Amino acid sequence: MRWDVVATAFPALLSAVPMTLQLAFIAVAAGFFLAVLLAVARLSGIRGLSGLAYAYVYVIRGTPLLLQIFFIYYGAGQFDAVRASPFWPILREAYWCALLALSLNTAAYGSEIIRGGLMSVPKGQIEAARAFGLSGMRLFRLIVFPQALRVMLPAYGNELILLLKATSLASTITIIDVTGMARTLASQTYAPVEVFVCAGVIYLALTTLSTLAVQSVEGRLRRRGGLALQG
Amino acid sequence: MTHPLPRPVDGAGAALPTIETRDLRKNFGAVEVLKSVSFRACEHQVVSIIGASGSGKSTFLRCLNFLEQPSGGEIRFKGESLHIDGAKGGARQRDIERLRRRTGMVFQQFNLWSHWTVLENVAKVPMHVHGVSKGLAEKRAIELLAKVGLAGKKDAYPSALSGGQQQRVAIARALAVDPELLLFDEPTSALDPELVGEVLTVIRSLAMEGRTMIVVTHEMGFAREVSDKVVFFHNGRIEEEGAPGEILKRPQSPRLGTFLSSTR
Ligand SMILES: Nc1ncnc2c1ncn2[C@@H]1O[C@H](COP(=O)(O)OP(=O)(O)O)[C@@H](O)[C@H]1O
Ligand SMILES: [Mg+2]
Repeated sequence: MRWDVVATAFPALLSAVPMTLQLAFIAVAAGFFLAVLLAVARLSGIRGLSGLAYAYVYVIRGTPLLLQIFFIYYGAGQFDAVRASPFWPILREAYWCALLALSLNTAAYGSEIIRGGLMSVPKGQIEAARAFGLSGMRLFRLIVFPQALRVMLPAYGNELILLLKATSLASTITIIDVTGMARTLASQTYAPVEVFVCAGVIYLALTTLSTLAVQSVEGRLRRRGGLALQG
Repeated sequence: MTHPLPRPVDGAGAALPTIETRDLRKNFGAVEVLKSVSFRACEHQVVSIIGASGSGKSTFLRCLNFLEQPSGGEIRFKGESLHIDGAKGGARQRDIERLRRRTGMVFQQFNLWSHWTVLENVAKVPMHVHGVSKGLAEKRAIELLAKVGLAGKKDAYPSALSGGQQQRVAIARALAVDPELLLFDEPTSALDPELVGEVLTVIRSLAMEGRTMIVVTHEMGFAREVSDKVVFFHNGRIEEEGAPGEILKRPQSPRLGTFLSSTR
C-alpha cells in the first residue's frame, strides 16, 4: 500500500463527491415526478395511456443504463430535429445528458414502486372513505397517499442507493464524479489499487449515510402510526 | 323491547320516508343482480334485510349511497330524487356527495383506516368533510367512543383491536357525522361468535334512540327483536316484507319459509 498516494488521492476524490451526490439526488427528485405521472398513467384505466407507460417501463428496465447514457450523449446529436430544438445546448453537455439518462431510468423503476404502493392500499378503506363523502384529491391526500408512502419508502430508499452507485457510469462520458476522478488519478499515479479502494470507501460511506437517512424517516413514520400495521 | 319513540310500520302514521327506491335495477355486465326493487325506510325506522348469500343484499345497500351506480330506477333521499331512469351517467356527483355526507355506513370487514388511531378514525371525517374544528370533533369522538365502550382505546391503532372492538369503532365513526341514515352490511358476520354480542348491543341501543337504520343481517334473533320491518331478498327482488312478528312467524312465500328453516 502506498500511503502517500492514499493521502493525496483521498482529498481529490472527496472533491468529486458533490458531483456524485448531485447526479443521484437531482435524478431521484426529477425521476420521482416522472414516476408519479407514469404510475398514474398505468393505473388510469385509459388503455392508450397505460399502454404507453407500460411500454416505457418495459424498454427502460430491459436495457442497460450505460446504453441509455450513450444513446442520449452520442445519439441525440444525429437527429436534426434535436439539433434544431432549443434543448440542443443542454443535450450537448455531458452533465445534462447524464442527468437526463439517470432521471429517465430511475423514473421507470420508481413508477413500479409507486404503483405497488398505490395498489397496496386496501380497497375497503378507499370505499369507506368514499362512503363518508371523501373524494378526489382529499381522498388521495388523507387516505391513499399516507398509506402508499409507508409501503413505498423502503423500496424507494433502495432505489436511491442503487442510483447512487449507478451514477458512476456517468464517468464514461467525461463526467468527473468520484469514479471519474478515480480513473484520472489511477492513470496518473499508476496505483489503481490504492485509488479504487479509496473510491470504494467513499461510496460505502455515501450509501451507508443514505441508508441511515431513509431508515430514520421510516422510523419517524412508524412512530406516527405503524409501518408494520397493515389490515 | 320497547321503543321511546313511536315506531311506524310502513304506511302507518305520518313518518316521512328517509330513503326510497323505485324500480331500482342493477346489472354487472349481462348479469341482472337487482331486478326492480322498490323499497322504503321511514324516519326512526329500523329495517332489516335478510336473504341468502348472493341474493343482492349488499349490492342493494351499496346502491343506496352510490358505491355502486344503479343501472336504472330512482332513489329518493328525504324527498329529493337522485337517480332518474335512463339518465345518462346517472345521478350528479354533487348530489351523491351530499347524500353521502348525511349517511353513515358500517361494513362487514370494518374498513377502519389503518394509518390513523381510533380517535382519528372517528374525528377526521367531521373535520375534513363537515368542517368541524379539531377540538370539537375530538371531543365528540371521545364521547362516542365512550358510548361504544372504547374510551380507553382512543390512541390505539385499529390493528391492535379485536374484531368486535374494530366494529364498535366503525360504528362510532359512522355516528360522528350525525347521520340521518345508518347503513349496516352484515356488521357481525366477520366476527368470532363470542364477539357478536357486544356489537349487537351497541346497534340495539342505536335503535332505541330512534336512529333510522337499514341493517343487512343473518342474525334472525336481532332482526325479530329490533326491527320495525323485515325485508326478504331473493334473486335480486324483494320476495316478501312486513313486520317481523308476522313474516318471520308466518312467512307467506315458500322461499322465505325455506330460508327461515335453513337458518335455524
Ligand atoms: N362487482 C361485481 N361484479 C360482478 N358481479 C357482482 C359484483 N358484486 C356482486 N356481484 C354479484 O351479484 C350478486 C349479488 O351479490 P351481493 O349483493 O353481494 O349478494 P349478498 O350481499 O346478498 O350476498 C352475486 O351473484 C354476486 O356474484
Ligand atoms: Mg353481502
